Amino acid sequence: MSRLADKVVLISGGASGIGASTARLVVREGGKAVLADRDEAKGRALAQELGTSALFVPLDVTDEPAWRTAVATTVETFGGLHGLLNAAGVGVRNSIEDCTLAEYRRVNDINSMGTFLGCKHAIPAMAQAGGGSIVNISSVLGLRGASYAMAYCASKGAVRALTKNVALHCAQMKYGIRCNSVHPGYIDTPMIAPRLAGTIDNMTGRQWLETLHPLGRLGKAEEVASMILFLLSDESGFSTGSEFVCDGGLTA
Amino acid sequence: MSELSGQVAIVTGGASGIGAATVALLAGAGATVVSTDIQPAPKDAPGRFVAHDVASEEAWRALLADVLEREGRLDILVNNAGVTGGRATIETTTVEQWRRTESINSEGVFLGCKYGIEGMKKTGPHKPASKGSIVNLSSIAGLIGSAGPTAYTASKGAVRLLSKSAAMYCAEQKYGIRCNSVHPGGVDTAIFDPLWQAMGRDKGKAMVDAHHPIGHMAAPSEIGEVILWLASDRSSFVTGAEIAADGGITTGLMRRQPFVPPR
Repeated sequence: MSRLADKVVLISGGASGIGASTARLVVREGGKAVLADRDEAKGRALAQELGTSALFVPLDVTDEPAWRTAVATTVETFGGLHGLLNAAGVGVRNSIEDCTLAEYRRVNDINSMGTFLGCKHAIPAMAQAGGGSIVNISSVLGLRGASYAMAYCASKGAVRALTKNVALHCAQMKYGIRCNSVHPGYIDTPMIAPRLAGTIDNMTGRQWLETLHPLGRLGKAEEVASMILFLLSDESGFSTGSEFVCDGGLTA
Repeated sequence: MSELSGQVAIVTGGASGIGAATVALLAGAGATVVSTDIQPAPKDAPGRFVAHDVASEEAWRALLADVLEREGRLDILVNNAGVTGGRATIETTTVEQWRRTESINSEGVFLGCKYGIEGMKKTGPHKPASKGSIVNLSSIAGLIGSAGPTAYTASKGAVRLLSKSAAMYCAEQKYGIRCNSVHPGGVDTAIFDPLWQAMGRDKGKAMVDAHHPIGHMAAPSEIGEVILWLASDRSSFVTGAEIAADGGITTGLMRRQPFVPPR
């Protein structure tokens, strides 16, 4: 159980969902997990549960000084930075007709600019540590357009392209830093909880979302975390700038 | 009667480059063209010119009201205006630079689609010929990324997916409005002026030409022709598609001739 031995991983959105599941795996595999989240209560509770290999730092991903502090605290506490998971994000339903400019900007600020800022501030610390791996959470909606999630699609399309930009830049600079995007289908996390209860086409929200996946169910956060762990570890050493899909067959 | 007679088109960024070529081609096909830009239009350009900042929601509202009032309808919208936003990388891009680039390239296209759809709906499906086509300019950077400007690359990735979402929405609502993205490779426009200045035009162009499997960079009209096709009913079954017009850059691998700069 040491696939990430001594590797330090900073996780935005680390207090819940895919971020929290990844934090558990990172610690289980011998790494250190820094949980960066707006939700202090949840984040601190999980860090406490994970013990001395985990740390909580407060982070609003749209706040550049907060990113600087998060990276500095990580390096001070654990002596370096080797992995970054940009998992913080919001899922919002809107269409091209009903989305307001303010809402478009809010979703893109969190999902897309937040990922940009994470990469920007992690790269110097990771280069200093001799290299590392960045994993950005995009979505199947960064691959396919959904009529009901315009701003979200745009933000995840931005993350998909941004990831390649980061990968190519780091390759060119010979930093030894890889960067890949992960594209989950609908995963049973707090982000989609509000959608599960409603009714669509005589089905519950959960049933409707389940039918989108050929595997006939929602994904589990642990299943995405397992893909992320592979990308954070040296096992994926030749993968960079790529799109890793974890969607129960949705895009097949 | 020309193919696009009676149809009204808006082309943003119409004063130069791909936009100017598109204005000329749409007008040549018989469309009534409204060309918008923050720069002044060339004197002999066809169509009506409107000063318009795509990042401003107020400017979009005013533009649509003006076009529906004066031209009376809207059939074609080409969201072409955009900026590279400088050369800043993932390490050097500031939040300010990021926001400026996104506000023009990403928010500008979002606003264009939103108000364009509203305008096309007002025109009504009972009108003849066209039910509406939106063409959004992304880039090969939106497809394969680039090591170049970070904010630009992200904004073009956003345009790629927002176009698909808009296409699905318009299909779901049965508006009959199509929406596609175009992804040009290197196009001989003012965007390359800094390179021409640094290397000399002949040498610089030969280098950019050699990057394209087809052997040359595009003239603006070569992208304009793709936009014209998407704007017209000839592409009536095409929606949510990402059309690469890139001389093969995103296609695959080939053996390259070594690049020899001209003397």
